[in-house]
Order: sequence, then structure tokens, then C-alpha cells
Amino acid sequence: MGLRGEAAIVGVAQYENERRYAGEKNFFTEQFAELTRLALNDAGLHKDDIDGLCCTAIRETNMFAPATLAEYLGIHVNFAEIVDLGGATPVGMIWRAAAAIELGICQAVICATPARPVPSNPNPPAIDHSRVFGSTSNNWGSPQAEFDVPYGNVAQNAGYAMIANRYASLYGYDERALAKIAAQQRTNALANPLAVFRNAPITIDDVLASKMIADPLHVLEIVMPCAGGSAVLLANKALAAKSRNRPVYVTGFGEHLTTKSTTYQPDMVQSPVGPAADSAFTMAGKKPADIQMVQPYDCYTVTVMLTLEDAGFCSKGDGANFIQDHNLTYQGDFPCNTGGGQLGAGQAGLAGGMTQVIEGAIQVMGRAEERQVKHHDNALVTGTGGIMSEQSAIILEGA
Amino acid sequence: MEMSRPLPVATPTTEPFWDGVRNHKILLQQCNDCTKWVFYPRTNCPHCLSNQLTWREVPGDATIYSFTIARRPTAPHFADEIPQLIAVVELAQGVRMNTNIVNAEPADLQVGLALKPIFKTIKDATLLCFEPVK
Repeated sequence: MGLRGEAAIVGVAQYENERRYAGEKNFFTEQFAELTRLALNDAGLHKDDIDGLCCTAIRETNMFAPATLAEYLGIHVNFAEIVDLGGATPVGMIWRAAAAIELGICQAVICATPARPVPSNPNPPAIDHSRVFGSTSNNWGSPQAEFDVPYGNVAQNAGYAMIANRYASLYGYDERALAKIAAQQRTNALANPLAVFRNAPITIDDVLASKMIADPLHVLEIVMPCAGGSAVLLANKALAAKSRNRPVYVTGFGEHLTTKSTTYQPDMVQSPVGPAADSAFTMAGKKPADIQMVQPYDCYTVTVMLTLEDAGFCSKGDGANFIQDHNLTYQGDFPCNTGGGQLGAGQAGLAGGMTQVIEGAIQVMGRAEERQVKHHDNALVTGTGGIMSEQSAIILEGA
Repeated sequence: MEMSRPLPVATPTTEPFWDGVRNHKILLQQCNDCTKWVFYPRTNCPHCLSNQLTWREVPGDATIYSFTIARRPTAPHFADEIPQLIAVVELAQGVRMNTNIVNAEPADLQVGLALKPIFKTIKDATLLCFEPVK
């Protein structure tokens, strides 16, 4: 079942992550085009090689996003996909692109996630009340509008905090282990010139002394929103052979969704990472012990701990011990979010999840410079959407 | 009032639930085919997709499944309610729902805490909240 490992990441592009973006503002169509140009240059391939695209929703239209982008870029595609999986979107894009390539319908697919501010509208529309709570829909008829929003369970913090408290009641809660994730990923961010926090080391004590936002989550355990944007170009073996980079093959993937609100998860502390990662491992013929580095989605520290448990690196309830027993830095025995992850590099909208994909790819390519991991032939990358309720996972392997 | 506190607006399917809450009753749907309880209200049972659901009144005994204390408002609309005592509770029928815990201090909250329903009216709406069983 699944991929044969014949589609590869061949080029990447990343805008710098910036908390206060002061540069030129462009629409998502424009950012998508520029990111595509950068990814093609990185790969050493040509625009006319592209015959597929994956995108997110774009600001400029509520419908027909793929066709709008194909037209804007002047690319004619055999595969056009809009992916709507929240933070799991980028990983979801990568496997869809790889599958399209392996089916033979495409030779090269561009996946891009623009996330810089767009120009200010001279004729601003009225406030859209359906979107005032971010990822929690306030549209009439939405279950969230009726049964989440009135109780203040909106956006992500409350949901993840409840996951953490449920976990604490069942398995205990070593807050220093959770804080260690943020601190060691920050160490990794110091070696990433594109990271928001590249000049700001933190300690475990700093994390625990930072403001409590929603018990037990401190502000330094929560991602920092920022501007940015990224793109990944995938290609078949023939084009990969022409690329200037070491091809990074997608050898396994998995995806699993359960709910939108974490309230209705069958078990709040058993995330869909489990089935998604199991599928990826099985497809790639690998097991957790074979993995040389992990790039787990990290909107919160607790997301990383649950991902490590549910993906099988340790057993349920043993995550804190596992974290305490390992060094998560790029020089460590368990390299984890080696570019700082989103906790260290910032979360640029839906490009946040691409942070993990690109870090995995450039590590496997051997282009991570100061933070290059010693053994870099494979990586597990995960994406998390909803409130840890929609998950995707991929395994990347160097040729 | 752009920042007015959001309140539920019933749909044709959910109206019996909110009508019940307004009258200080808790009505849940039970599936005629698989006998499982359903929340939130739906046209089709999420266990078996049957469209034969019957409304039944339940007492509302519940326990905390999980909770958080929001020290910063989860949205500006809740700025007057800090700290927000947000919980997911599990009713005796096995269904879970979002709620707010009232008549309790933040330190009182713990997973498994026994609760009883309390109805909180805000403007034209009534919310189903819970308080600790004394």
C-alpha cells in the first residue's frame, strides 16, 4: 500500500519569519508566485516543469483558489488541490503532491503557503463576524458557534490546556520536561537565521516563570504568530536527477482526523498522530528507532510530547521521562525541531506547518549549516490541525 | 456593541435543547436504533447515522473531564469574565460538552470533580453551566 518513494522534495523557499513585518505588502497570489520562483531557483528547475499545485485558501477569493493561482503564475496543471487541514495542511500538501507524481499525472508540484500581510484595502469591508474567533467558526449553524464559543472555548489555547490537564490527571505532569522542549528548541532556533527568536536564548526556569495564559500553559510554551511564507517543490525521479539538491524522497505518509473540537475526541490524550504515524512508518518500512531526527508540529510544548508518545518513540505516559532522558538539540541524541520549530522560529500562519517540512528537507539535503544534524538520511515530519484532532505525517529519506 | 458576549443562536435542529435549557431542563437526544446518547444535537446519530433520535430529559449529573483556567481572555469578548473557568464535562449518559464552572474557585477544579447543572441567563439566552456538588 502507498508510496513507492519515487517523488522527492527538490527545492524549498522560505521568507524570514518576522514579528513586525515592515516590508512591501503583497497579495497571496503575488507571494505564491514569488515563493514559486524562489523554490524553482533553489531546485535548478524551470517554471514549465511544474504541472501541479497545492495551495491553502487565499485572501483574494473565497472560491477557485487553485485556478486563480494557476492563472496568476501562468502554469497549466494536471493536479490542483486546496488543502484545508489547519496546521496539518503543509504535510497534507506534501503527500498529496507525492501521490499525484507517483500516479504519473504530474512531474513537478509546487506547494506554497504565503503568510505575509496583504496590502491594506482602501475600501475595507465590514468586519466579518463569522471569523472573529479565528479558527473557531462563529457562523450560524456551525456546532462551534453554538456549543464552543458561548463558553469561551475559542481558538486553541483552552483546548490544548485541557489536553494537558487531562494528561496530568492520568499520568502526572512534569512541567520541567515540557519547558525543556521550549528551551532546547530555542537553542536550535539560535542557529537558524530565519527564526524570530534567533537572538533570544531561554532556560527552563524562564519558561516556567513566563506568564500563565491558560493553566498549565505558559506563554513561552505557545507559538508566537509572525509573518513569513514558504514553498516546497516536489518532482519525479527524472527531474529530481536534474535538481541541484540531494533529492529528499517522500517514502511514507499517513493522515487521520477525528473531530474539530477536542471536546468530542474519543480520548483527549490519544491523538490522531498515532494512526497517521503508524501509516507513515508502515509505508516506509521503518520503525521509530530507525528515525534520525523528528520535526513534530509544535504549536504548544504538550503537542510535541503527545506526538512523541503517539508516534511510538515512547509509551503513553512516559513522554516527560523520554524528554528528560534525551537532548533535543541538533547536537543531541534525539534531534527534535532542529530549526527551533514554530516555538523557536515563530508561526507564520499556515506556513507554520511548512517550517517542519522544510527543516526536515534541508537537514536531509545536508544544507542546514551550523545546525546540521550528523546523521541525516531520514526524518519524521508531522502536522497538527484542529485541536490536535487532525494529523498528518510523512517520512523523508535522502537518495 | 462589537465586543458583545457571544451567545448561542439555536437552529431548527438544536432548538429543543436550548428551549429546554431556558426552562431549566436538560434534554438530550437518544438514538432509537443503537440506544446511544447524542450531544450536540444532530439530525443523524454519530454512532450509527440513524435519523431516528428521541429527545429525553436527563438530570444532568456530570463530572469534569478536563478544564482550564484562562488567565487571559480567550477572546476580547470575555475580558469581563477573567479568570474563565472553562471545562469539558461528561454527563452520566457518556456525552461530553463544553461549559463554564460557576460557584467555584480556580483551585477547586480537578478532573473527576462531581458537578450538578446550573442555568445562567445572559440577556435573552440561557447557558447550561455546572457547579460543584457540595
